Amino acid sequence: MKKDIKFYYKLFAATFYLSAFTFGGGFVIIPLMRKKFVDQYKWIEEKEMLDLTAIAQSSPGAIAVNAAILVGYRLAGVIGAMLTILGTVLPPLLILSVISLAYTQFRDSLIVRYVLRGMQAGVAAVIIDVVVTMVIDLLKERNVLPVFVMIGSFVATFFLHINVVFVILVSGIIGSMAMYYGKHIKKSGE
Amino acid sequence: MIYLKLFWSFFQIGLFSFGGGYAAMPLIQNQVVDINGWLTMSEFADVITISQMTPGPIGINAATFVGLRIGGIQGAMVATLGCVLPSCVIVLTLAYIYYKYRGLSVVQGVLNGLRPAVIAMIASAGLTLVILAFWNGKGITSGVDGIDYVAVVLFAIAFMILRKWKMNPVHVMIGAGVIGLCVYPFIL
Repeated sequence: MKKDIKFYYKLFAATFYLSAFTFGGGFVIIPLMRKKFVDQYKWIEEKEMLDLTAIAQSSPGAIAVNAAILVGYRLAGVIGAMLTILGTVLPPLLILSVISLAYTQFRDSLIVRYVLRGMQAGVAAVIIDVVVTMVIDLLKERNVLPVFVMIGSFVATFFLHINVVFVILVSGIIGSMAMYYGKHIKKSGE
Repeated sequence: MIYLKLFWSFFQIGLFSFGGGYAAMPLIQNQVVDINGWLTMSEFADVITISQMTPGPIGINAATFVGLRIGGIQGAMVATLGCVLPSCVIVLTLAYIYYKYRGLSVVQGVLNGLRPAVIAMIASAGLTLVILAFWNGKGITSGVDGIDYVAVVLFAIAFMILRKWKMNPVHVMIGAGVIGLCVYPFIL
């Protein structure tokens, strides 16, 4: 990957484009980024993207901004991060600046409402599609513990509404303990 | 002075909002409505509504809206800067640590535990959106009567296209919006 002007432009343009379409909350940018940076550009690995998502999720601030910072830093250091922050912040800044000129008309517009209602179903499909792919990949590893962690975390966030920071903390501890005991068992077996 | 105040308010919002947009709402309300009186409660409700209708994080949207109100375009920029600065410092530090130590087995273990949890969180956000789309505002408790069948069909078609042809998700979203514009005026 050559880091010339073209690369920086591509990085900025990609984050700008993704941010402009992050409807329905910050999580939507994760599947979009995955498609763009993992599948299309092949700049970042699948597992690494999940790690970056975990970091973005457990840091304060908007998930979309955090994820953009991480991707930018990974690809081009601090300069890359500055570029992706700008790319992520500019679309909402521009769009809201324009809308605030006539925001009651926008809020009450029927056309906007119809488009958004259709889009909502599309956004839901985009996220579920990525989730299905990720779950299939996880099941392919044929490892029981991660599946349990996944189911447990899902119940904790979706049904019990437990704070995500807490869920991340507990799964991290489970993971490190599994690694420790896994090694231990291997050693004593030898 | 007003710029400094804007910056400081949104810096706190950026620093203390964990867990995404909805968790940040009370924090923004506290700063913008209760403490500084920059917006009335009904104006704040409008910001929320518009945030849900436009792309981008709610914190950035609120920063832009309030900043413009209070200090023009410079105000919007200062407030936005305040909002992203804490993330910037904290996330960059974590990224540095991650890339430096991710080879260590204990870090590997932690990350092995985090990956399935992240999948679960995205699934949870996705399912919430599905419910929102299928029972548009009425809530799942309204049962079968409350289902928006157009949304269900749109979802099914979009999902099939994504799985089968791996189409660009942004194009799928735009397509769903266009179909919504063509169909909903006749049934709502």
